[in-house]
Amino acid sequence: MTEITMVEAVNLALAKAMAEDNRVLVLGEDVAADGGVFRATVGLLERFGSGRVRDTPLAETAIAGISVGLAAQDFRPVAEIQFTGFIYPAIDQLVNQASRLRNRTRGRLSCPMVLRSPCGGGIHAPEHHSESPEAMFAHIPGLRVVIPSSPRKAYGLLLAAIRDPDPVVFLEPTRLYRASKEEVGDDGVALPLDRCFIERTGTDITLIAWGAMMPETLAAAAELEEGGISAEVIDVATLSVLDDDTIIRSVTKTKRCLIVHEAARNGGFGGEIAARVAEACFFSLLAPVSRVCGYDTVMPLAKLESHYIPSVARIGKAARHLMEYA
Amino acid sequence: MLNCPRRGLVMAMPSDIEAKTRATPPVASPMPDAETEARRFINPSGKLLQPVTKAWAPPEQLERLYHAMVLTRAFDEKAIALQHTGRLGTYPSSLGQEAVAVGIAAGMAAEDILLPAFREHGAQLWRGVAMLELLLYWGGDERGSDFKKARVDFPVSIPVAAHFPHAAGVALALRLKATRNVAVCVGGDGATSKGDFYEAINIAGAWKLPAVFVVNNNQWAISVPVHAQTAARTLAQKAVAAGIEMDRVDGNDVLAVLDAVERAAARARSGDGPTLIEAVTYRLGDHTTSDNARRYRSDEEVSRHWIEEPIARLRAHLTNTGYWTKEREEDLHSQCSAAVEEAVAAYLATAAESPSAMFDHLFATLPAPLKRQCDLATAEATSHD
Repeated sequence: MTEITMVEAVNLALAKAMAEDNRVLVLGEDVAADGGVFRATVGLLERFGSGRVRDTPLAETAIAGISVGLAAQDFRPVAEIQFTGFIYPAIDQLVNQASRLRNRTRGRLSCPMVLRSPCGGGIHAPEHHSESPEAMFAHIPGLRVVIPSSPRKAYGLLLAAIRDPDPVVFLEPTRLYRASKEEVGDDGVALPLDRCFIERTGTDITLIAWGAMMPETLAAAAELEEGGISAEVIDVATLSVLDDDTIIRSVTKTKRCLIVHEAARNGGFGGEIAARVAEACFFSLLAPVSRVCGYDTVMPLAKLESHYIPSVARIGKAARHLMEYA
Repeated sequence: MLNCPRRGLVMAMPSDIEAKTRATPPVASPMPDAETEARRFINPSGKLLQPVTKAWAPPEQLERLYHAMVLTRAFDEKAIALQHTGRLGTYPSSLGQEAVAVGIAAGMAAEDILLPAFREHGAQLWRGVAMLELLLYWGGDERGSDFKKARVDFPVSIPVAAHFPHAAGVALALRLKATRNVAVCVGGDGATSKGDFYEAINIAGAWKLPAVFVVNNNQWAISVPVHAQTAARTLAQKAVAAGIEMDRVDGNDVLAVLDAVERAAARARSGDGPTLIEAVTYRLGDHTTSDNARRYRSDEEVSRHWIEEPIARLRAHLTNTGYWTKEREEDLHSQCSAAVEEAVAAYLATAAESPSAMFDHLFATLPAPLKRQCDLATAEATSHD
C-alpha cells in the first residue's frame, strides 16, 4: 500500500467506481482534459473516455439538473461543482428535484447522483472559494450530506456515496486535500454512510467535529490528555442522515459535549447536534452542551481566515471550561 | 455629521425614456412575416391549408386526435368543478391548449420520455397516465404519482423550467444507451425567461442531444403577458443563441404541433440535435383555480381568442370533409363524460392514505432515525382514529 493524499484518494475512488460500474459518469467544469482544478479527476478522461468523463458548459444549474436526468435514467452521475461558493445555482435542483424525485414518483424514478464540491477555508483562496455551507444541505430531506476528514475516509465514503441509490452531497475540505498522506488500499471497500466514527476514545468529554476540523480537534484532544483530560473524539462524517445513537451513547458516558465546526455558528449544524444531545442526555450532562464555530460573519478574505477558523487553542480552552462545571 | 432625511431612490424618469421603457403590446394583428409567422395546417374555419402526412391523413387518425382533445377538456371541466366544490386541490386548467398537449404526445414515440410542465394533462392522458392518477395527484394524494403506465416519464414540474436541464440529462442518457429515443420537454412562455431554460438548451446544443423543447406560448405567465416577459419578437428565436433548430407553429392546430414534434424528434433521432418549438396558443382559462384572470386582462381579449380555439377548428375540418356528424359528436361527448365520471367516482371512493406514505419513498431504505419518526407518525394517526 502506498501513502496518498486526500485528493488522490478521491481520484482513486472515482476510478474504482467507474471501473466497476459503467453507469458511473463524471461531469463538471474542467473535469476532463484539465482533470479538475484540484486534479481530483485527473486521468479519468484518458482511462474512461469522453462519453463518461465530460466537461460541461459553465452552468451549475445544468450540471445538477443534467445529473438528475441521468440518474432518473439509471446512470450514476458524479458531478463536480468547482467550489461550494458556486454551488448555489444548483441548490434548487437539490432541494426541489434530486432529493424529492424518488418520493414524488413513488419510487418509479430515483436519483442516485453524487454532487462533489470542495469546501472550507484555509488555503488562502480568493473570495467565494472558502465557505462551509453543509448545514444548508443537511436541512434538505431526502438528501445525504457526507464530509470526509482523511484520505481513507474520502476513499471509503465516496465509494459508498456513489454506490448509494439516493442523492449525496459530498463536500471535500480543500484544506485537507494535500494536508497529509495516509495508506489507502485500493480494495473497493466502502465505509458505511449514516455512521459517526469514534476516532479516539475518552471518558471526560466528547468532542464532535467533521471534515477539516478533525485534525484540529484531534490535536486539541492530545493536548487535553497532557493536562489530564480524557477526550473522546467523534468524526460525524455523514451529517445527514445523522447517526445520533453514537453521539448520544458517547455523551451519556462522558457527560460533556463540545461541538466544533468551521461554518458560522448561527443555524450551523452544531445546533442540531446540540439539540439532540440536550433532548437525550439531559440527566447525564455535567456541563452545558457547547460549540466552537466560525463567527457569524462573512467568511473573511485570506489574511483573516486563520482568525475565523476554530484553532486548537480555542477548542482546548472551551473544553477546559466545560471541565470546570463539575 | 449632516442630518439628512432619508431620500427615496425612485424619482421621476424623463418622460421620453419612460415611454420607451414601458412594456407595450405589439401592434394588433401585425402583418405576418417569414420570421414571426407560425406554421399551420388547418385554419380557424377548418380549412386544410397544406397536405397532412400519410400517417395522420386518414379521418380515423384525426378522430383520435379530436377524441383526445375533447376528453382533455371534459376532464378539465370536471377537475375545475371538483376544485370549486372542495374536492380537489388547486388545479391548472389546460382550456384552449389541448392541441399543444395532445399534439406533443401524438408526435412522440411510446419509448420517448416526456418531461411535462403542469398544464399538459392531455399529453399525460395520451401517454397512458390514468385520469384517476391525475385526480389523486391534484387532489393531494401521493399515490397519484405512481403511474401504472408511462412509468419512466417525469412527473409534472411545478417549479418553472427546472425540468429543462433534466431533459438534457435524460437525452444524454438515451444517447449513451445507444437508443434512438428522445426526451421531450414542455414549458410555458414564462419558462423561457429562466436561466434553467437557457442553460438546458445551450448544453443540449453543445452536446447535440436528442431533445425536443416545446414552449406552450399561451401568452400569459399568470398575470404577465408575453410582451412584458421578453423583448424577443418570438420565443422560438431564443434557439438562435443556443445554436439549435427552431420551429414556430400555431398551437391551436393539433396537426401543426404534431408535425413540428415529429420533425424535431426525427432530427434528434438521427443525431442532428435538439429543436426549440414555440407553439402559439392562448390560455382561455385562469392560471389555476386560485387565480382570477379578470384582474389583469379583459373579457374582450379572451373572447377574441375563442375564435381560434383548437377543438372547434378540428371539428369544423372533420365536418367539412363529411366524416363527422352530429350523432358521432354526441356519442363522443357521452363517451368522454362517462370516462371522466368513472375516474371521479374511483377518486372519491379512494381510502385515505397512511401517514407512513411520507416516509415510504424518501430513501431506497429508510434509515433508522427516520424509521423512528415514521413509527411516531403512524402511532399518532392511530391514536386520533
